[in-house]
Amino acid sequence: MNYHWDFSPVFANAALLAAGLGNTLKVTGIALVCGLALGLLLALLRLSRHRWASWPAGFVIEVFRTTPPLVQLFWFFFALPLIVGIEMTPFLAACVTFSIQSSAFFAEVFRAGIVSIERGQWDAARAIGMNHAQALRRIVLPQAVKRMIPAFMERVIELMKTTTLVATISYADLLFEANELSQKTFRPLETYTVVALIYFFVIFVASLLARRLELRLARSGESTVG
Amino acid sequence: MSLLRVRGLAKRFGANQVLRGIDLDVEAGERIAILGASGSGKSTLLRCLNFMEMPDQGTVTLDGKAIGRNGKYRDGELIAVRQRVGMVFQQFNLFPHMTAIGNVMEGLRTVKRLPRQAAHARAEKELARVGLADKADTYPAHLSGGQKQRVAIARALAMDPELLLFDEPTSALDPELVGEVLTVIRALAEEGRTMLLVTHELGFAYHVATRVIFLADGAIHEQGTPDEVLKHPTKERTRAFIARHKEFSL
Amino acid sequence: MKWDFASVFANWDALLAGAAGTLRIFAICLVLGLSLGLVVGLGRYARHSWAYWPATSFVEFFRNTPVLVQILWFYFALPILAPFEISPLAAAALGISLNSAAFSAEIYRGGIQSIEPGQWDGARALGMSWAQAMRRIILPQALKRMTPALTNRAIEIFKMSTLASAVAYVELLQQGKLIASINYNPIEAYTAVAVIFFVFLWPLVQFTYLLERRLRRDE
Repeated sequence: MNYHWDFSPVFANAALLAAGLGNTLKVTGIALVCGLALGLLLALLRLSRHRWASWPAGFVIEVFRTTPPLVQLFWFFFALPLIVGIEMTPFLAACVTFSIQSSAFFAEVFRAGIVSIERGQWDAARAIGMNHAQALRRIVLPQAVKRMIPAFMERVIELMKTTTLVATISYADLLFEANELSQKTFRPLETYTVVALIYFFVIFVASLLARRLELRLARSGESTVG
Repeated sequence: MSLLRVRGLAKRFGANQVLRGIDLDVEAGERIAILGASGSGKSTLLRCLNFMEMPDQGTVTLDGKAIGRNGKYRDGELIAVRQRVGMVFQQFNLFPHMTAIGNVMEGLRTVKRLPRQAAHARAEKELARVGLADKADTYPAHLSGGQKQRVAIARALAMDPELLLFDEPTSALDPELVGEVLTVIRALAEEGRTMLLVTHELGFAYHVATRVIFLADGAIHEQGTPDEVLKHPTKERTRAFIARHKEFSL
Repeated sequence: MKWDFASVFANWDALLAGAAGTLRIFAICLVLGLSLGLVVGLGRYARHSWAYWPATSFVEFFRNTPVLVQILWFYFALPILAPFEISPLAAAALGISLNSAAFSAEIYRGGIQSIEPGQWDGARALGMSWAQAMRRIILPQALKRMTPALTNRAIEIFKMSTLASAVAYVELLQQGKLIASINYNPIEAYTAVAVIFFVFLWPLVQFTYLLERRLRRDE
């Protein structure tokens, strides 16, 4: 191979890449927190006996699980501002899109976890006089959450990968910086290779931690769902 | 010359020495019942004979030809052995995605490479022999335990084995289904087939076996004719074992 | 606010071209991803063979890197090393296929491992080789169990086809972008694209639920 590899321009701009990585993690973090909260809400609505709650929730979940995330991102960035009349920055569009998108998947994990708790637990809770909300909060949810952690970790890893889509709407995440850098330095091979390795490293470590957590849970005798 | 000759067979699983130096000669036409408490190594012994488990030490000689060389076994050789030695499992291990006749044909088609017609005809005969000709196109899920085991026997017979190994063939069956399987095995015995039978059915062993071996702690503790071992055992452990199986009475 | 879908429908031929492009890349990546995945999955299953470590490295790398990064690498970086042209289709198909292969490899491995050892016993006792046992006894049973997970993978691949728009491959989203920029109607354009995807995938998703329920019932 007579190509002369030169990584120096990439390393010279390490600060830029670090900032990009920081932005990636920022969007991921916000989407994660909002997604979890919204996901729980959607799950509870979906499980409700009242049609006016479960149908809209079901609709939102289905729509956001069945349409491609990139289409959702474009819709929230280009279409929504015109409908609602607000300013939409790439950052805001990214946060909104991925919060809702991840919430749809989290909702399914929550729902599966809650449903997996056997009837006997509900019966016992109600037998001592708890209402539905109390049974859920004190008895069912705490047990369900433990079981759902592997499935959650899987979705978190997915989220870390999905947020790279923000580069397409010019948000300055790691991938966007990679694009800029490769055009500036004319070294796409080195730039993209380094960035791919950075992504791999971060996400791989995250998935190893997730697996360690799963093993610890399995050893403590908890069955898992997902 | 013995059909099967075993010398110094030893096998351990982790820290557990399951078989300690087994010596065994099996002549053609012999029916040997192998008895013992759980953990005595009965299943492991059987599984070593068709190399479903690999012995750590010892030699197995089939029809005068030693299998393996200095503890090294070639895949092709083992496959050839398994075509000559049939095995029937406690859990039947029928293939659920094939019908009864499909199961019986499978070895003939895939291993012996018989054409479909010939394999089908042969399979029909074997199923008829075990009394299940009418269940040929039934899937295992719709068969009773006794029927499943009979199909498994037919599957093994279709390969024309020189030696049949039965690994507790009735232990997983409901009591009322045990009889139909024992009937089939008895018929095979009367044909003069060579077989090794690990079983807890002491009464059956008494009537069908030509020799009884009692295993304890991975070694042959006592062996002899059914009369000798089952009616007049000389060793204490053998006596204790038989006494525990109180349903055995003549 | 006035919604104007007429301009979208006026460009139905562009959307049709987009749909054709989406289906083409979907078909390519489905076939490549699921078949390469089987090979890698077998490597992952055979824990003591030479194939285990290469297969594991492959799976770890392509599951833990974002597909978009891979697509861009194939489109911008690979041509520098390789002597031939990499088209947008090739770059996107490579990225999506390799990612799908990594995910489906784990599905295959899990499916094969879920078949009880007794089936291996039954097959080997008849004198079958490893390959014969795998082909005649293990895989047919495993594939039945893996169908819901593999169908899910197919749905994911279909959604990932939109990533090809990042390298300007003509698929549905790319056409949506085109229509939006020509007619200044991003709302209608992107809504239309979203609806098309939904209409296409929703029956498939429901089918997967059905498969999962039927499988749980049979087990």
